[in-house]
Amino acid sequence: MYRLPFLANRSVISGASDQCLFLPSKHVLRTPFCAQSIRKKTQGSIEDYGLKRFSTAEATVAKRENDKMRERTLTMETLNPLVKAVEYAVRGPIVIKADEIEKRLQQGVKKPFTEVIKANIGDAHAMGQPPITFLRQVVALCTCPELLDSPIFPEDAKLRARRILKGCGGNSLGSYSASQGVDCIREDIAMYMEQRDQGVPASSDNIFLTTGASDGIMSILKLLVSGHGRERTGVMIPIPQYPLYSAAISELEAVQVNYYLDEDNSWALDVNELHRAFHTAKQYCNPRVLCIINPGNPTGQVQDKKCIEDVLHFAYEEKLFVLSDEVYQDNVYSPDCQFHSFKKVLYEMGAEYFNSVELASFHSTSKGYTGECGFRGGYMEVVNLDPDVKAQLVKLLSVRLCPPVAGQAAMDVIVNPPQPGEPSFPQFIKEKNAVLGTLAEKAKLTEQILNMVPGIKCNPVQGAMYAFPRIFIPSGAIEEAKVLGIPPDMLYCLRLLEETGICIVPGSGFGQREGTYHFRMTILPSTEKLKLLLEKLQAFHIKFLQEYSVLEEVSR
Amino acid sequence: MENGVISHRGKVLTTDTMNPNVKKVEYAVRGPIVQRAVQIEKELKAGMKKPFSEVIKANIGDAHAMGQRPITFLRQVLALCSYPELLNDNKFPEDAKNRARRILQSCGGGSIGAYSASQGIESVRQDVARYIERRDGGIQSDPDNIYLTTGASDGIVTMLKLLVSGEGRGRTGVMISIPQYPLYSAALADLGAVQISYYLDEERCWSLDVRELRRALNAAREHCQPRALCIINPGNPTGQVQSRQCIEDVIRFAAEEHLFLMADEVYQDNVYAEGCEFHSFKKVLFEMGPEYYKTVELASFHSTSKCYMGECGFRGGYMEVINLDPDVKVQLTKLVSVRLCPPVPGQALLDLVVNPPQPDEPSYATFIKERTAVLTALAEKAKLTEQILNTVPGITCNPVQGAMYSFPRITLPERAITEAKEKGQAPDMFYCMKLLEETGICLVPGSGFGQREGTFHFRMTILPPMDKLKVLLAKVKEFHQSFTQQYS
Repeated sequence: MYRLPFLANRSVISGASDQCLFLPSKHVLRTPFCAQSIRKKTQGSIEDYGLKRFSTAEATVAKRENDKMRERTLTMETLNPLVKAVEYAVRGPIVIKADEIEKRLQQGVKKPFTEVIKANIGDAHAMGQPPITFLRQVVALCTCPELLDSPIFPEDAKLRARRILKGCGGNSLGSYSASQGVDCIREDIAMYMEQRDQGVPASSDNIFLTTGASDGIMSILKLLVSGHGRERTGVMIPIPQYPLYSAAISELEAVQVNYYLDEDNSWALDVNELHRAFHTAKQYCNPRVLCIINPGNPTGQVQDKKCIEDVLHFAYEEKLFVLSDEVYQDNVYSPDCQFHSFKKVLYEMGAEYFNSVELASFHSTSKGYTGECGFRGGYMEVVNLDPDVKAQLVKLLSVRLCPPVAGQAAMDVIVNPPQPGEPSFPQFIKEKNAVLGTLAEKAKLTEQILNMVPGIKCNPVQGAMYAFPRIFIPSGAIEEAKVLGIPPDMLYCLRLLEETGICIVPGSGFGQREGTYHFRMTILPSTEKLKLLLEKLQAFHIKFLQEYSVLEEVSR
Repeated sequence: MENGVISHRGKVLTTDTMNPNVKKVEYAVRGPIVQRAVQIEKELKAGMKKPFSEVIKANIGDAHAMGQRPITFLRQVLALCSYPELLNDNKFPEDAKNRARRILQSCGGGSIGAYSASQGIESVRQDVARYIERRDGGIQSDPDNIYLTTGASDGIVTMLKLLVSGEGRGRTGVMISIPQYPLYSAALADLGAVQISYYLDEERCWSLDVRELRRALNAAREHCQPRALCIINPGNPTGQVQSRQCIEDVIRFAAEEHLFLMADEVYQDNVYAEGCEFHSFKKVLFEMGPEYYKTVELASFHSTSKCYMGECGFRGGYMEVINLDPDVKVQLTKLVSVRLCPPVPGQALLDLVVNPPQPDEPSYATFIKERTAVLTALAEKAKLTEQILNTVPGITCNPVQGAMYSFPRITLPERAITEAKEKGQAPDMFYCMKLLEETGICLVPGSGFGQREGTFHFRMTILPPMDKLKVLLAKVKEFHQSFTQQYS
């Protein structure tokens, strides 16, 4: 408590949030902090955030009492409790705050920085990565088929567009597709997977186009959730994880079963840890699902083949349904790492495995070298799915009619890119290599610079698009965060945002071992901006350490 | 088993161990009959002989698939957004380029490949709000209350998800019309909510009677906690357009009974019958005075898939929420953020729908011509469908005042009903299956939408082109007569 006034003064710079993010300020009157919160109207959002966490329920009651008018039907009390439990840090409070600050800057409010740098989300185009020309040409041709007569488009793009349009009802992207996706696109995907996996058979019947990979993951998880009490489905997810998983598990009221990645070993997955987590969980739920993210998000590791074999063997032994999130399959940077698909490894383990382990793997248009997040394209392949369950899956998907067809078209280009000998090939390869080459450089650069900062330790970014360094947070800051009711790395990230304009996501949003702190930052800003970001981060971190060390001395 | 090797391990996921709610989900619009239609199409392609040469799909409101041409302006702007190099191409009109530039400017990195805000692109939400204000004669609309969605279905499911809570008798009940669009029953099954059916009055052009709402509500109170009321206007599958008076009654009812209103208005531009006019729930609510517009919670839905655009594949749509508790709104924003954002091309398309070419712009003339052509043809087909169906003995069809469907009542002979029951099929499913096998026409049985016990219907779209629609109606007529004879 004693440090609050200090914090308030210090974060005058914030000023960005006169009103709470989660609660109109009139509702906050009940907590002891509120008097301060109202007295210091300009004080920072950090306190607000802490208050909000605790005062929500009370505030609703307060409102009930004050509000003699018709009660609302839908309030925090009557809201679906599962929705309440959902958390998604990648677009959480810190990002909402960043948007506010951006608006203030536009309005001319003075800040110690001129722009907000968003390194919170894997959104390549937003960070300036140009689209792959060929992909956009095909999509434009599909959208406006009159362009098929235009000489400015290459023949191979037209060929692709004609083929896609032929697969669409009435030759229009505006028709609903089959709920499972456009037939010919599913065929292209199956062919692509066979090539990728060196001949391991793939059937288009097992391919489902999705609205981004998230949609597919949610659908498969939804199928898997059943039972009550100790029989409730448990879903094993890595910690740290991509918070889509924890959010989906909350929403579906499944049981989250954490297994920890080994930070000291480049975030490797240890099967002993899977065993531990599995057997512990068996005491209170029915673990039926194992989720793997490879390459890792937020952790950037690339699993080796041996490790994948071990995991599949474990899933086989313990009868687990495997979900393999492989959206970063083209994002592998370390020269000694290679992407192996779960499907391929499963096949190579022999018929007993390949014919029994149930596997769903996911891919997307949003990552790789295309970065087409806005199109919401993606697919999943299911292996060994019970045919009756598959019929149920098709039925479930049909309720939402179909994934966006433009996204399906974009997916088709990714699995069926220009081939050597086609007119677009040279430019396509040049663009693709440029994107992946730059990402590899930035991965290296990020790791190197972060590791130069005292109190920051960063594993190699072997793949994906993120660094997830461990940060040392002084005990004074930890204490202060506790008083505010927020995780210490949230305090760290909020202050970083307010002081430098850099928006990154605290490790607590992904999960981490008790007592350790991290943040996730993308490696997507342009090299120039990334250098600037890392420099600012370095300066901030040192200042943060100093400030709290001094304070600790003073308070003693 | 694949590769002929049988595993002894057994499956983790079977119909016995899967989510029981998913099993209960039914969606007839793409149900067994449509799967059979797709199969028949493949059989025809493979050269199999049938008493018909093509399958005519009148099962789903999918205008482009039935040959409706896209609106040129919409597609021009989308192509420009997809491939901005075209901004230098002099074949595109300036107004299309201006729209594209404006949309791209509001996208991260100037690309429709960037994620948008989870609620949707801000400038698009502003345009939607202005559009609603124009539509509703100046009643204010706040862009903060607009959420862009992945088609209207996405918004409806999301709002229902928020509303579901409680256990046993405290479980949320949701009132839906019968007949209904089966998205509603499917979503309620999926969410484990309680479906409360209120029946539309077939004798009165499928109109909604508030006494029936009250009956359904009181009956439901015994076993659940009714908290939401869903209205589809213009009606799907029933094609009626609600009168202003009726909307007022419904709003008053919702206010008295503390119900959250959900107004599905995706067919708002599809009104054909003379004397019928679309009134938005929002507008009527505000005209009823502050007692109502300050309290009644309302979510209304719109989409790019219907009206004159028929752009189903882009999955564009929006919802507007009124009087949503601010804390709940934060929760809504959080919930939609998990899925990141609705497809951005669909958002761009929606922007054009709410901000079409203006009279002084170069694309205006073509745009108006195309739009009018689509809506006029639909009006003609609505009339024609009703007329021809009503000439068939044993078929009665209410006027298709709006939307895209007719939902005629069919009289089925006792013997057909008995035979269907022996097969374990709903009698109208039996009818539609036979129709499909004998004529290649794909309709959806009324049982997929719900109907009064002992009555039978089918839903057919009015979307096939005029000549094909005439063929279809002639075949239905012929089939119905022979079916009736066969089973009498």
